[in-house]
Amino acid sequence: MNAWANIKAIMKRELGGYFTSPVAYVFLIIFLLLTGFFTFTVGNFFERGEASLVSFFTWHPWLYLFLVPAAGMRLWSEERRLGTLELLLTMPVTTWQAIVGKFLASWLFLIIALALTFPVWITVNWLGSPDNGVILAGYVGSALLAGAYLAISCMTSAMTRNQVISFIVSVMICLFLILAGFTPVTDLLVRWASPVFVQTIAAFSVMTHFESFQRGVIDLRDVAFFASVIGFALFATGVIIRGHRAG
Amino acid sequence: MIKVENLVKSFGAKRAVDDISFSVERGEVLGFLGPNGAGKSTTMRVITGFYPPTAGRVTVGGFDIVEDPLPAKRLIGYLPENAPGYAEMTVHGFLGFAAELRGLRGEAKKKAVQRAVETCFLESVLYQTIDTLSKGYKHRTCLAQSIIHDPDILILDEPTDGLDPNQKHEVRGLIKRMGEKKAIVFSTHILEEVEAACTRVIIIDRGRIVANDTPQALKARSKEGRLEDVFRSITLPDTVRA
Repeated sequence: MNAWANIKAIMKRELGGYFTSPVAYVFLIIFLLLTGFFTFTVGNFFERGEASLVSFFTWHPWLYLFLVPAAGMRLWSEERRLGTLELLLTMPVTTWQAIVGKFLASWLFLIIALALTFPVWITVNWLGSPDNGVILAGYVGSALLAGAYLAISCMTSAMTRNQVISFIVSVMICLFLILAGFTPVTDLLVRWASPVFVQTIAAFSVMTHFESFQRGVIDLRDVAFFASVIGFALFATGVIIRGHRAG
Repeated sequence: MIKVENLVKSFGAKRAVDDISFSVERGEVLGFLGPNGAGKSTTMRVITGFYPPTAGRVTVGGFDIVEDPLPAKRLIGYLPENAPGYAEMTVHGFLGFAAELRGLRGEAKKKAVQRAVETCFLESVLYQTIDTLSKGYKHRTCLAQSIIHDPDILILDEPTDGLDPNQKHEVRGLIKRMGEKKAIVFSTHILEEVEAACTRVIIIDRGRIVANDTPQALKARSKEGRLEDVFRSITLPDTVRA
């Protein structure tokens, strides 16, 4: 199909763009070092004495908070800075195809980074006999979480040609999505606001939905939550890009 | 091939293009002249579908650029101002990407890239990344991208900007040759360029068309027969405008 061929061509270019610049390698090394550090040192992987990857996945919302916007901040601001946006959008492709192509390429890149954490999985299987179904659910949840953050970075990246602004704004939005459901914050909020209100806000938090994946539950409602964050943010990206051109 | 009817494009309160109409047929090379900020690039961006028009209508090969953008865009090859390109890509990779977005695959893609590389003399920099290219090569790489699918219509925004005199001569010759079978619109600040390559000239000033004629007829308007005198008499300099 024509649309898919266009999306694939854009994906290929975008993914190639990561690996021909130092961005990909710096990102991968830092991501793997940090996951290792948090899992084994801060997360007390060995002292826990249990065969699970809880100490691995717990840190992902916080790690992604900085790393995903760093991977996504260039998506559109770079196109605007270089002027290639004009080239791309005067090609016979729709704005949609361009948005989806670029998003999928970056998501695939993040999934590759996540897949490279497989030594952690091997370690836990070598030391004990964990429930690999739970681990798989954890990985699915983590990939969806990365996708949601990435879509938000995509949106903030379309707002500005300045990558630093794009990075900071998307970190703030992602931070809000964490804190809205982060137990220390919700416990504090309950003192002032009604529990229904706090629960409603928490329902918008990635934490609430990410936690059930860690318990090994792939609930359709959680998947739908992440899918709708991605869908909404990409839709907003389209609106922003059209808005720039309409003048 | 290109039909612009009562086109208006505003940015906020500013009217960058104010009610202009013209058409370009196959076999014509239309030179777009005007002071900086007159609305040349804006007009081109509307024709290529980058900016939606505020009012008026643009059709390309019979397709409305707003209602039916994809078939219209397929007919156009476009060189934007300043010849943008993906910094980290090689010339070869960049042209391959452009060919793929134009729907060319496999052998057809290979041939298209090869033809564009030969036409724009890019053999020596084929595997260099775009950010290492000199301005002239960068410009020609973007020009190669615009002709990769052998389009019926070419929109070139300052195609000779930043080129040395030899390269300018080459590009003018190329525009003239291609103009026999295509419809070409190009903008420039260089008046001799218009005489050398165009079959028709449009001069725009502050968003309006102030002249639309053949280069010969325009020259005849001045006593000494110089295009420069005509240009200066019908457009206002920047300094007066404020």
